[in-house]
Amino acid sequence: MFESIQRYRDYYAGALLILIGLSTVYQSSRYDVGTLAEVGPGFFPMVMGVILAGCGIAIAFNQSTVADDEHDAETLGRPEWRGWFCILGGVLAFILLAHSGGLFPATFACVFISAMGDRTMKVRNAAVLALSISVFGVLLFHYALKVQLQPFAWMAR
Amino acid sequence: MTGTAIADLIHGFSVALQPHNFLACLIGVLMGNIVGVLPGMGVMAAISILLPLTFAMPPVAAILMLAGIYYGAQYGGAICSILLNLPCHPPHAVTCLDGYPLTKQGKGGTALGITMLGSFVGASFGITQMIFFAPILVSVALKFGPAEVCSLMLLGLLAGSTLARGSALKGIAMTTFGLLLGIFGTDVTTGLERFTFGFPELADGIEIVGLALGLFGIAEFMKSVNKVEPLKVGYAKVRLRDMRPSRADLKMSAFPIMRGTLIGSLCSLIPGTGPTIASFVAYATEKKVSKTPERFGRGAIEGVAAPESSTHSSVQGDFIPTMSLGIPGDSVMALLLAALTIQGITPGPQLISQHPDIFWGLIASFWVGNILLVFLNVPMIGLWVKLLTIPYKYLYPSALFFVCIGVYSTNNSLFQVGETLVIGVAGYILLMLGFHPAPILLGFVLGPRFEENFRRAMLLSRGDLKVFIERPISAAFLTVCVILLVGQLYVRWRSKGRVVTVDAIAVEES
Repeated sequence: MFESIQRYRDYYAGALLILIGLSTVYQSSRYDVGTLAEVGPGFFPMVMGVILAGCGIAIAFNQSTVADDEHDAETLGRPEWRGWFCILGGVLAFILLAHSGGLFPATFACVFISAMGDRTMKVRNAAVLALSISVFGVLLFHYALKVQLQPFAWMAR
Repeated sequence: MTGTAIADLIHGFSVALQPHNFLACLIGVLMGNIVGVLPGMGVMAAISILLPLTFAMPPVAAILMLAGIYYGAQYGGAICSILLNLPCHPPHAVTCLDGYPLTKQGKGGTALGITMLGSFVGASFGITQMIFFAPILVSVALKFGPAEVCSLMLLGLLAGSTLARGSALKGIAMTTFGLLLGIFGTDVTTGLERFTFGFPELADGIEIVGLALGLFGIAEFMKSVNKVEPLKVGYAKVRLRDMRPSRADLKMSAFPIMRGTLIGSLCSLIPGTGPTIASFVAYATEKKVSKTPERFGRGAIEGVAAPESSTHSSVQGDFIPTMSLGIPGDSVMALLLAALTIQGITPGPQLISQHPDIFWGLIASFWVGNILLVFLNVPMIGLWVKLLTIPYKYLYPSALFFVCIGVYSTNNSLFQVGETLVIGVAGYILLMLGFHPAPILLGFVLGPRFEENFRRAMLLSRGDLKVFIERPISAAFLTVCVILLVGQLYVRWRSKGRVVTVDAIAVEES
């Protein structure tokens, strides 16, 4: 599936833009479009939607060339599920823990989970990294910069 | 006019040398320099991570620090290119061609020394240019009505999206997408909430810090995870005394530095051609005028001196349209402009007269910052080389934490951290489909102002679209837009579908 995305990349790119463009047009038609003399709130987004859909059609029918893709070849390649999930999981853990657990556990979880996304990362190294960033983060953001997050949630009570 | 400029500049120095401003500038260039050498970390990510921290600072200090990151990173990028053959930052890609061979011959120190010298000369020229050009631009721009502002923004957007890397069509699509994202939230004219999808948190629009950190933080980490190889620092042993260039080296690089500086400053005046294009043009020119072009690519000192001075002169020149017209040339400038707006300062031609301490303080801080950079880089070069060897696997988890806490601290809102996560995933999908996200930010920052000026122009002309071509200045901007588009099409047609981009020039050169 992943290879086919890359082979037909511009078709997907065009289709995505057409989809975004058309849904923008639909959404802005629910606002007042107005007239040219009295431009309404729906006018500008509607024009943007039309341009996006137009770009989508042009991209799908006008495949980009080798020169365009050269620098992209290195950036993509094989899918990196482990890395992706750990990065997303790290941020999610931060969101879930920041209020219920506090800044320290949220930071620890965020750094630890995302660090495990690297294939060569050892659990011990990830824990040391997460611990040092947590201590540093609490000192810097809670005590020095006064961000409104308790180091541990129970400290607020 | 020169007299007032000098008086203003002296005022600027008095602002820039105030202890807290000086400290802000020092932190900025230091951070920039570090980010410039850290593998896999971008200038955009660095500026957007530090952006929330500047909210509590006074506006002058905030902008000095953020600007310092941008030009500080240019010094760091040069070190990467010369010592390790790594084009960490696109403007320095061309420096690798001759810088790395010099390193292999054991003359890496000299190359760095010449780079520092050239950078300083280039930057100084760029700053001087800004001192004289910005007020002239302002006096013209103050006469602009909404129609002219609209056409000028269109030109800026078009130049920013078509001349950047990759396909021009995709660039335009991303700019349009950015314009659209920019108007999410409450409409200023009617108070209607647009595209909030039922989330009350979106009534104030998408948070710029979230957008920038999603696109240049989370999406970048997803792209680079497990793909950044650990570095082997082989030839990169530079001692302090190696960095003093010999008299022969100085003589050889004097003219290249001057030519590079001029090319860079010219490039910065043409909208959309930033430091990357400037450095390539400077290298190509140097190779053409050289009596011994065969030396290029095998360690010619001119091939380092010219592009580096050109990059730095153009980096400083980039600030001219941003500060004097309020029209950013690229995404870094868009972010700096957003930082000003967050501080409650309206960007535009009135900025220099209303906030002289910001404008002149910034200019003076460029000099202060550049001098600091030279002094920082000379003794600390060994430390920079060590930093280069930090594995990416330790960097990105730490950076991810800064992304989370940075977005959270802007409004104390976990919703916005989630917003950033969604933007990050969307940004990665766009990257996979071959889109570059930088133009999104350009469009995002200009979006609301573009719509507002368009509405005002239409209201004044009673709905007559001809107003854009009947007013001469606006017509001139639109003509340049058309030339830009036709030129792109022509180049594309002539090269049988191959878009001439910076990458293509690089292929030709190597």
